[in-house]
Amino acid sequence: MKRFSLLSNRAGALFLTPGALLVGVFVIIPFFWVIFVSFTNRTLLGRTAVNPDFVGLANYLALFDPTSFFVRGQFGFSLILTIQFVIFSALLGQALLGLLLAWLSQSIPPALKSATQTAVIAAWILPEVVIGFAWFAFLDYDNGTLNMILRGLGLPGADWLLEHPFWVIVVFNTWRGAAFSMMLFTSALASIPPSYFEAANVAGASSWQKFRDIALPLIRGHVVTDLILITMWTFNVFTPFLLTNGGPSYRTELLSIYTYRIAFRDFEFGKGAAVGVVIMLINLAFALVYLRLGRQKKQGAGA
Amino acid sequence: MRLSPSAFFARLGFSALAALIGAFFALPLIWFLFAPFNARAELGLALPNPFTLANFAQVIQNGFAMRGLLNSLIQAVGGVVLVGIAATLAAYALSRSSLPGKGAVTYVLLLFSSVVSGSAAMVPIFLIISAVGLIDTHLAVILVFAGGLLPTAMFILRDFIDSIPRSYEESAMVAGASPVQAFFDVALPVIRPGIVVVVVWAFVNVWGSFLIPFILLRSDELMPASVAIYSFYSEAGTPIVTLLAAYALLYSLPVVALYLFVSWKFGFRFFGGIKA
Repeated sequence: MKRFSLLSNRAGALFLTPGALLVGVFVIIPFFWVIFVSFTNRTLLGRTAVNPDFVGLANYLALFDPTSFFVRGQFGFSLILTIQFVIFSALLGQALLGLLLAWLSQSIPPALKSATQTAVIAAWILPEVVIGFAWFAFLDYDNGTLNMILRGLGLPGADWLLEHPFWVIVVFNTWRGAAFSMMLFTSALASIPPSYFEAANVAGASSWQKFRDIALPLIRGHVVTDLILITMWTFNVFTPFLLTNGGPSYRTELLSIYTYRIAFRDFEFGKGAAVGVVIMLINLAFALVYLRLGRQKKQGAGA
Repeated sequence: MRLSPSAFFARLGFSALAALIGAFFALPLIWFLFAPFNARAELGLALPNPFTLANFAQVIQNGFAMRGLLNSLIQAVGGVVLVGIAATLAAYALSRSSLPGKGAVTYVLLLFSSVVSGSAAMVPIFLIISAVGLIDTHLAVILVFAGGLLPTAMFILRDFIDSIPRSYEESAMVAGASPVQAFFDVALPVIRPGIVVVVVWAFVNVWGSFLIPFILLRSDELMPASVAIYSFYSEAGTPIVTLLAAYALLYSLPVVALYLFVSWKFGFRFFGGIKA
């Protein structure tokens, strides 16, 4: 069936204009501009702020300089740190915890379910500076809630932010972002016909068997979507800066925080832009995988 | 329904585990329910003793802090209005017109919006805003957020409009309405719930953000609450806990209120798709 369009091409173009302008100026131009700046020695102040020189690949060579690559506070260290951060806090932390919460909430009393979901979602929606400060108080060595509980249980406390900064931001980010996975998996599980589980109940299947043999195969597509999205977000996240400032001594300096320091503390825009380009390339790889999956899903649904 | 003993214990175990995880999520936040009302707040968890509202009184008298909340409001409302209007119009065009290359435009947009993240684009965004002379203005923050949030807002709304039957507007047009009339008088009221969701989502995003205003603004009078909150640190860098907690609570209230509003109106599943 051929449908006539409800909006003429001219009106359609007119409707698209404001959005196209905004996205063009603040999303598409930055994409090309950051590539351009990454080949210059542009700075914030001084002669090179107005008249930057073309320096070719110098910024990239500096980033990938093998003598300093793995040194703390350098690009390679941040890159590897960020990859570890994504693996532990997004893929293992958020996704597993979200899946566990979604599965548990199917068989617990409604009051407990809504209380748990409220706490998980609160961690996700509150402003990031508030969350940063809440965790700062939570982890305080002398009076913080965490050490208070540990000491109450007869365990030794720790100065978490100084002694285990990486694990602090891993747990912090798991805590902050688990809500998304929980909600996605909750609605995915809700779409499974209850009769599937009832049949398994009659056969006497355990909860783990039902999860492994019925639920997991059916929500596999959602799991993949979730993993890609949270990987992309976690890879670009800046919030841990509000808890640790990237320290102590660069030990929690994720790529986003490294970019910020190079560009806005050291004012080396050229080098900061080069880091931005590397980040965009990594984002691009994930985005292409995600879009391809989306297409397959659409085609599958249409067939 | 009667449960067998093993099923009963399984359910008990599940409940205990869920309660434990819930506690893990609630614990870092409980402090915020007590400290703002405590005259002698420490970083430790303690019931307010003595209970007081003086912290709030002191925060409200702090002109800079209140100014910060007002600035957050200006930036969030400005961003939301731009995103709301531009996204609605664009989503409607993507859904209802037959512009050539619509599919390609959508694909490219989706790609760019996921590739150009805040951390990758902070340098060029700063340079663009400098080049047009908007550094240190509300407008800079508003425009950057509008551009950044628009692609996602457009996709949410396009899916929403796609799910609305075209017969609504078709019958209006058969009755003699022009396409633009059909949009404003027929389609817009039906799309409104979708716009509400997008607006709330955009508001929460701008309201809570730190990095963009931190980079683009310089003068104290323009700083939103997310940056102004750092005025409650002493010169030595230690937080003035009582005031900071009270301010953080005030600053969080709109977000909580909006969340409650959306989950009351649409149920929590709506949140699944809407955070960038």
